[in-house]
Amino acid sequence: RQELLKWNGWGYNDSKFIFNKKGQAEFTGKRYRLGGMVLPTFKEWIEKTFGASLDHKTTSRASLNVNDVPPSIVNEDFLQDLRATKISYSQDAEDRVFRAHGHCLHEIFVLREGMFKRIPDIVVWPVCHEDVVKIVELACKHNLCIIPFGGGTSVSSALECPEEEKRTIVSLDTSQMNRILWIDEKNLTACVEAGIVGQDLEKQLAESGFCTGHEPDSMEFSSLGGWVATRASGMKKNIYGNIEDLVIHIKMVTPRGIVEKNCQVPRMSTGPDIHHFIMGSEGILGVVTEVTIKIRPVPEYQKYGSVVFPNFERGVACLREVAKQRCAPASIRLVDNAQFQFGHALKPQVASIFTSFLDGLKKFYITKFKGFDPNILCVATLLFEGDREKVLQHEKQVYDIATKFGGLAAGEDNGQRGYMLTFVIAYLRDLGLDYYVIGESFETSVPWDRVLDLCRNVKERIVRECKEKGVQFAPLSTCRVTQTYDAGACVYFYFAFNYRGISDPIHVYEQIERAAREEILANGGSLSHHHGVGKLRKRWMKESISDVGLGMLRSVKEYVDPNNIFGNKNLL
Amino acid sequence: FVCSQQKELTSKKRDEFEDILEERRLSSDLRYAMKCYTPVIYKGLSPCKPNAIKSAVLQSEQVQYVIKQLAKEMGESPDIIQEEAMEILDEMGHSMQLGAVRFFAFTLSKIFKQLFQRVCVNEEGMQRLQHAIQEHPVVLLPSHRSYVDFLMLSYLLYTYDLALPVIAAGIGKADFLGMKIVGELLRRAGAFFMRRSFGGNRLYWAVFAEYVKTMLRTGYAPIEFFLEGTRSRTAKTLTPKFGLLSIVMEPFFKREVFDTYLVPISISYERILEESLYAYELLGVPKPKESTSGLLKARRILSDSFGTIHIYVGQPVSLRTLASGRINRCPYNLVPRHLPQKPSEDIQEFVSDVAYKMELLQIENMVLSPWVLVAAVLLQNLPAMDFELLIEKTLWLKGLTQTFGGFIEWPDNLCAKKAVLSGLSLHSNIARLVDGRVVLNDKGGEDGAIGEIVFKRALAILMCATYRNQLLNVFVRPSLVALALQMTRSFRKEEVYSCFSFLRDVFSDEFIFFPGISLKDFEEGCFLLIKCDAIQTSQQEIYPTDKGSVTVSFLSAMFRPFVEGYQLIFRYLSKETKEAFTEKQFIPGVRNFVFQLLEKGNTQCYEALSSDLQKNALAALVQLGAVKKKKMANGFTFNVNQEAVNKILDMFDTRIPVQKPVAARL
Repeated sequence: RQELLKWNGWGYNDSKFIFNKKGQAEFTGKRYRLGGMVLPTFKEWIEKTFGASLDHKTTSRASLNVNDVPPSIVNEDFLQDLRATKISYSQDAEDRVFRAHGHCLHEIFVLREGMFKRIPDIVVWPVCHEDVVKIVELACKHNLCIIPFGGGTSVSSALECPEEEKRTIVSLDTSQMNRILWIDEKNLTACVEAGIVGQDLEKQLAESGFCTGHEPDSMEFSSLGGWVATRASGMKKNIYGNIEDLVIHIKMVTPRGIVEKNCQVPRMSTGPDIHHFIMGSEGILGVVTEVTIKIRPVPEYQKYGSVVFPNFERGVACLREVAKQRCAPASIRLVDNAQFQFGHALKPQVASIFTSFLDGLKKFYITKFKGFDPNILCVATLLFEGDREKVLQHEKQVYDIATKFGGLAAGEDNGQRGYMLTFVIAYLRDLGLDYYVIGESFETSVPWDRVLDLCRNVKERIVRECKEKGVQFAPLSTCRVTQTYDAGACVYFYFAFNYRGISDPIHVYEQIERAAREEILANGGSLSHHHGVGKLRKRWMKESISDVGLGMLRSVKEYVDPNNIFGNKNLL
Repeated sequence: FVCSQQKELTSKKRDEFEDILEERRLSSDLRYAMKCYTPVIYKGLSPCKPNAIKSAVLQSEQVQYVIKQLAKEMGESPDIIQEEAMEILDEMGHSMQLGAVRFFAFTLSKIFKQLFQRVCVNEEGMQRLQHAIQEHPVVLLPSHRSYVDFLMLSYLLYTYDLALPVIAAGIGKADFLGMKIVGELLRRAGAFFMRRSFGGNRLYWAVFAEYVKTMLRTGYAPIEFFLEGTRSRTAKTLTPKFGLLSIVMEPFFKREVFDTYLVPISISYERILEESLYAYELLGVPKPKESTSGLLKARRILSDSFGTIHIYVGQPVSLRTLASGRINRCPYNLVPRHLPQKPSEDIQEFVSDVAYKMELLQIENMVLSPWVLVAAVLLQNLPAMDFELLIEKTLWLKGLTQTFGGFIEWPDNLCAKKAVLSGLSLHSNIARLVDGRVVLNDKGGEDGAIGEIVFKRALAILMCATYRNQLLNVFVRPSLVALALQMTRSFRKEEVYSCFSFLRDVFSDEFIFFPGISLKDFEEGCFLLIKCDAIQTSQQEIYPTDKGSVTVSFLSAMFRPFVEGYQLIFRYLSKETKEAFTEKQFIPGVRNFVFQLLEKGNTQCYEALSSDLQKNALAALVQLGAVKKKKMANGFTFNVNQEAVNKILDMFDTRIPVQKPVAARL
């Protein structure tokens, strides 16, 4: 799989944004619906939004310079023991660098222009639970540090090796533990090895007519074990639930031994749920090896949709009402105007004059006839799933609510494109990096009554911080309400700026990101809704869960892993 | 938070002034009143009518919550309470109308031109304000010396095409609201009214607070109110009130707005319209009610001249910047934002700090006219003084004031003699030039009773003091060091500091000190004295220089009336009051006491007759714990601890014991 993926950017090697010979933007590859299409307005959008110019280009190193890579220091005794277990391993530089990072901006920047100070010394590939038990035993015996590695899509610096770690660092890659062990159709559960990647899991379950319905934006690359370790959230959680709702049973190998429950039941009252120590533990307690997860029959019918609102305030009010009536579709998202314009810029060249005419007509209807200001309006995208009849009924209910808030149905196509973009958007950063534009996303959860204030203030804070830090062109600072709950919502921000003229862009970027997080917390938002804490957001943990709360987690860590074998230094 | 002050003192650059009446004298007032008025407004403003705001307030979760609470507690139907809330809103609410604004623009042009020679404004300040108004909600914090203040400020904003402010004006029993027509006009020009005291009335508080916050959040208009709470009768800045300030800060704390600008505005009058009214009031002669007919009689004043007004619009201060790193956000995150929440201690402390900071900024930019210097010199040379000497002293004081960072507007190229003369002619009711000597205008009828003479004299001195007082907050730090030097009769730094610190505590209601920085204030005082060559310091000692003794004694003499006045009042309290008393009993009592001493010639401290000083002295004792203040059904009562008061009196007389821990920090 490593061969298919970029070594210094997001996703597949063959999929990326480029500017073709005519200077038009294009997305390569055939994996996505956007693949091979020309995006005529995209270049203009980039120039207008970031003040970036195609003439000013930075280039990444073409490949990894093996000489820069820190040497692998592994004790020979351990290697002998390891060989005896027949577990495959590697000390190859590329293998080790590939597992030394997640996808934070600074990590990608290092890949393009520098080198990590500390990377794993050795990579091991267990193929089953027993292999993991053996590795952990060996690590305890030789006092090594293990860092579990699943899909490598972390955006919280969780995979970074602590610089000061003197012991041998073992990267435990779970990717070879990727089988579905069994499917229980009577109880609608499946037991799956934790290394399986989201899209494979869904593909394989689909062969039996099932799905988990858990679809985080990273599902092409992220793993089941990773979801558990970060408390992941999926796009369609309204129907299927977040990871904590989906999990029935977890098996985890720790230095103390194996932790699991004695039965696979929907709920039990046996003290605090030990699953909740594991979910969100970010690799500091052990390795999740097997997970029993709920499954559902593949839905009969899927339908996308979209609604245009005159402004963001009305849109949020509508989502709140939908949440109140508990009739949220599988997914409902509200993007602000900047993101709507961005989506617009990614519209492929239209095939016929007729479609172009139709687009023009639509635009005319919305802006002229309905009086929506194209610089203020915003769009909600919807995804319905289930029985055909119920979906249609559901759809009507949601659209009726939307109408009350001034919303206008804007078609299936716009909705579908919106969801496709969430997969493609991750590729954009790599293009930006080529043209002095850096950016990142971050998220939070917030009570309903504070959603608007939080969105406005955080965006404003970003703009101001950029100005203060000498960023010459106003940044892209945009958000979407991406999940709805009874008591609040999850908000997702994108933030990017043109860093020409700034000597230390990563430092500036980090300062601004930090300020944005401070702003979120001051507005009553959470430290993280689903990305996790990692090492990036550790400084706010005490404030987030109180001294005593932190102590509770610490004491668990101390009991489970007294010698800090799982020493990635996340969370605490 | 404060540390920048000292630096600013030395490198202050202030804006130039522009006379806005000049153009009014050249072109038609009517055309000016009817001009196309399209003010710049807050970028996030969603336009709405005053009535829409009222109903938004009434329907707000905040007000509805309190209504329901009260309904439950009193067992009444919410509708009745809602009705009550509506009435409060109607009494309070403004209904800004362009017509009324134009009417004011026209009449005020006429009146102001009649009353004042010039109305000077720093245009750069207006430009900064213009930017601020568009960017974030703005709170205007002018000083309050006269009713003219808010009329003038609205007039000014109209002139510069800025959004007119809504003004929180207090209602006493028969204050403004009594003036029916004018009241209604003011309302239409954007004033809204709050009751002066509504301590227990939760509904009133909720409606009022929500009304202010709604206007702020929507950016409907700049909010204007007076930190001092009321007009200062002495022209000395009053200690700030915190209620309104904490209301306007709350939307930011709760992050309902991104930021809020606080704009300190200093309005200074060469001659205060109400000067004699104030003096009467301070002496306990009931003030005429502010009725419409009273105002019409005031037409007589129109024939008089009141010189120049200076308005300095300060740099807008970002609340966000002030708050950064100081506010624990947790309390606001864990309670729904519409619930009334008592501010935490650190919030209260922050609000108080901000209030003091804003007042200090007002003081810093308050323009001082030459007459202010004349008054200060004259008061130290009563009853009469040689004219030439007065000029010489005034010039000397000018230099000193500028060294201390005072903002003197000395008309261009005007020689000292002319400046003093023009001051004398403007204030001929206070002092006159007679045969080469300047004489205080304190003659009543011929050969009146002794009481009459004392009263007339007190009147003149208090009016004169109103002008000297404008210097006091600029001078207070170095002067208290000078006073401490004289009182301790010691050069040891720690002793001087401990005396300074005592004086600072005693006068904490009299002058404006930023809370809790006694040592810093002391250092600043010393720094300024060194700067004007009045003292020298070594590691452990402070001593006046040879030529500095003049300065030191002038500075301490400047504050002598307060020291003596407080001593008199403390003496009264320690001897004459055995039982609990109310403020209503205290003021006449102490007044009679002082009056008799003055009649007998046992004291020359006429300023001790000022009810302002008397109240401050009492408050100081309360703060020092020598007087117990108790809340009763009909106001407060006071109980004197004789022993404690005597102890404080001793502190004034004898050397003050050194407190070791404080000294260690020096």
